[in-house]
Amino acid sequence: MSKTQSKPIDILNLSKSYGPVKALDDVSLNISAGEFLTLLGPSGSGKTTLLMALAGFVRPDSGSIKFGEQEMIATAPQKRGLGMVFQSYALFPFMTVAENVAYPLRVRGVSKVDQKTRAERALDTVQLGGYGDRRISQLSGGQRQRVALARAIVFEPQIILMDEPLSALDKKLRDHMQIELKALHQKLDATVVYVTHDQREALTMSDRIAVVNHGRIEQIETPERLYRQPKSFFVADFIGESVSLPVQIINNIAQIDGHKLNSNLPIVKGAGVHRLVIRPELLEVVIGKVPKAANDLSGRVHEIIYQGDSILVIVQHEQLGLINVRVPANRAGQTGLPSKGERIALALHPEDTIIVPEHLS
Amino acid sequence: MDQVGQRKIDGMWLTVVGIAVLFFLILPTLIVIPISFSGASFLEFPPKSFSLRWYEAYFSSPEWMSGTKTSLIAAVITTIIATPLGTLCAYGLHCSTPRVRNTLQILVIMPIVVPVILIAVGVFSLYAKLGLNYTLTGIIIAHTALALPFVIVTVMSGLQNYDFDQELAARSMGASRAVALWTITVPQVKFSIQTGAFLAFITSLDEVVISMMVSGGDNATITRRMFNSMRDHLDPTIAAISTCLIVVSVTALIGVQLIGRRKNIDK
Amino acid sequence: MSVTDIKDITQNPRNVKKLKAEERRESLTFLGLSMPAVLGILIIVFLPIFWLSSLSFYDAKGALSTENYARIFESALYKRTFVVTSQISITVTVICVLLGYPLCYWLTKMKDRTASILMIFVLVPFWTSILVRTYAWLVLLQRKGIINSSLVSLGIIDEPIQLAHNLTGSIIGMVHIMLPFLILPLYATMRGIDTDLVRAALGLGSTPRKAFWHVFFPMSLPGLFAGIVLVFILSLGFFVTPALLGGGRVQMLAQRIESTITIYSNWGAASALGVVLLLLAFVMIWLMNRVFGLDKLFMR
Repeated sequence: MSKTQSKPIDILNLSKSYGPVKALDDVSLNISAGEFLTLLGPSGSGKTTLLMALAGFVRPDSGSIKFGEQEMIATAPQKRGLGMVFQSYALFPFMTVAENVAYPLRVRGVSKVDQKTRAERALDTVQLGGYGDRRISQLSGGQRQRVALARAIVFEPQIILMDEPLSALDKKLRDHMQIELKALHQKLDATVVYVTHDQREALTMSDRIAVVNHGRIEQIETPERLYRQPKSFFVADFIGESVSLPVQIINNIAQIDGHKLNSNLPIVKGAGVHRLVIRPELLEVVIGKVPKAANDLSGRVHEIIYQGDSILVIVQHEQLGLINVRVPANRAGQTGLPSKGERIALALHPEDTIIVPEHLS
Repeated sequence: MDQVGQRKIDGMWLTVVGIAVLFFLILPTLIVIPISFSGASFLEFPPKSFSLRWYEAYFSSPEWMSGTKTSLIAAVITTIIATPLGTLCAYGLHCSTPRVRNTLQILVIMPIVVPVILIAVGVFSLYAKLGLNYTLTGIIIAHTALALPFVIVTVMSGLQNYDFDQELAARSMGASRAVALWTITVPQVKFSIQTGAFLAFITSLDEVVISMMVSGGDNATITRRMFNSMRDHLDPTIAAISTCLIVVSVTALIGVQLIGRRKNIDK
Repeated sequence: MSVTDIKDITQNPRNVKKLKAEERRESLTFLGLSMPAVLGILIIVFLPIFWLSSLSFYDAKGALSTENYARIFESALYKRTFVVTSQISITVTVICVLLGYPLCYWLTKMKDRTASILMIFVLVPFWTSILVRTYAWLVLLQRKGIINSSLVSLGIIDEPIQLAHNLTGSIIGMVHIMLPFLILPLYATMRGIDTDLVRAALGLGSTPRKAFWHVFFPMSLPGLFAGIVLVFILSLGFFVTPALLGGGRVQMLAQRIESTITIYSNWGAASALGVVLLLLAFVMIWLMNRVFGLDKLFMR
């Protein structure tokens, strides 16, 4: 696959309402050329609406969408030069695999010979070489997904949109395809906008993740920063596991149950009650005393649950309730692990102490 | 009587009634067929002799043949006009906003809902002003208006069952709406379109009331001639004509059932 | 910030006019696709009936009056027509329900495949021309016809009875034509009833008969209602079968309208009768929409 000049996408003040419901609430977003950006959010958050607006299938009430320098907001979908993969794949059942993949070339007037060569090349790229003559009904779910992919990339578009393309696949295939898609993206050098509700998928594949909620973008960040430094409770809760506890902010210092919390991370300003977000794998099980610099969350072991690759320990803190801590299920993790009912020392280090507001202001 | 016994008796009664009703439905429909082969010059059942004289009477009569020709031409042209018009209308309605769609839907099923006699009287007086009474054109126009709702309803329900994402996919790949409609959507709703075409054909061929008022003279449809003939006496020739019509109807019915089956195989 | 950025910000909200224009263009395109069919139906069906209905409000001299309506509601002839039409329509509807409901219920109790095959017995008459079926009844019901001869040879009657060219013949013929119109929507509804619900009732201790009346029957009502309304409307406006099987003795509303025009050229009275028929049809449709929903017609 030859390298194409991928285009940046600039979205400005995009709004769309369906009656009283704001599907898109003044959304602005800049996507760099060649970036893999994921729109992550729960059902009804507006992420698919945003993608469809980029494709031209949803007409916003107002706003601007630019591909590179060109304003696209009122351009018909067929003139936007996109590649698109639908959640249902939308393969044409009455055409063969090769005819499906060649369709974008066919409507662009490419010669039959060129259609064949380029379609085969696209199928090779998704590892379906030689499947051209098969009928869609003969393919498995994973194969159909790849045909949809080949069809989206065959004319080497500069921008590719994907609407939860892996949601119909079983877990193993999905995990495998995530890695394949990531590799494909690097090969193609196209700007990819990817929609999903699966946070693990987003973390695996993206250059940046935009968390969408109620038609707004709550936070847009690289996966690691999003995970480690969420800016709102919604983001912290949506991504990764966590137990959250309410804290009080007095004189710009967080306190929990009267004790001061040491944190290296900036306390995010916002509306509503602030919360301490405890990620189970970041809590350290300490043998002996909890170091002074760290926050002491010790308690009694309430329950120990073996989960294969890790062990979940549910700890009963005297004042704060139940807190989860996760240790790897190997020798290092299990050494010195107290039993049920025994006292367990837990340290939350300042660089892992995440304090977020209920809502962004 | 215990419950099991009661249930059995109820079930038996149900079967008896069911079979009786089915018999009631099919018997009169098919009884004309043996009668048409009867050799007697009056109507008798069961026929005591076999003869093709009534078919000869049908095919050699200039009036009956003229009527047949008129009806067939009208039905074919009606189908040719109503099918594309109705399909495009169904597509347009399908893609419109719900408000527009609901209003127009009511309008579009009017020909089925309004009693035919009123349509016939109305068309007759309209045609009187335009000089279209007793013309083939007039018959075709009226039949087309009658056939359109059948095509529209059939194609619309086909579009409901169709994964519209495919048309969107085609458009995202560079096809304009018209190209996507023609290359992707139409091949997939073609079963509905074909069914609609059959319905249009049969509707026109079997149409009686409007044809009775609006067709006449050389351009009288076979239905009008049959109606007038039946008013006076029972001509066994009509049994022969009826058999031919039954063959056409059953062929159309089989055609539609086959279409339905092929559609399910492709899925 | 560039100059264009500043200009953009003062243009708030962006591109609204352009987007609205695009939306309008698209709506008009779809409307345009529907227009030929819609216009055709408007011109052939709507306009003439509209004009005819307006005729009913003018008397013979051309002045606005309700004379025509007064006439048809006072004249014994027309009153009798209304009564006869209603009586026949109700009778036909009731008989169709009595015959059609058990048939549909019977069909739902068997395997889908068998039911589909048996449905052919309903579909073939439905697709057969109304003239063919009416002719068949003329043949069957005549004095020398098979029904009379069978009844005589079975000893049930001594002499052939008048079954055709009278009210009896009309009703029999109409029931035969109307029955599929009741069966098809009713059967469709019955097929959609979840049999698990009936089984649940039986499991909770109900007798089969009670389970039917308390669970199944209420759920079949929408389809039954749709069928009843359909049969009733069609019966009200029926022309062909009563004209041929009634022998001139049966004059339903449709026939009265036709003869008022072709024989008496009384457009005023005919149009008034037409308006009454139309209103009755619309009331029935409105009722059906309330209970069954017209949308269901457009979805399989």
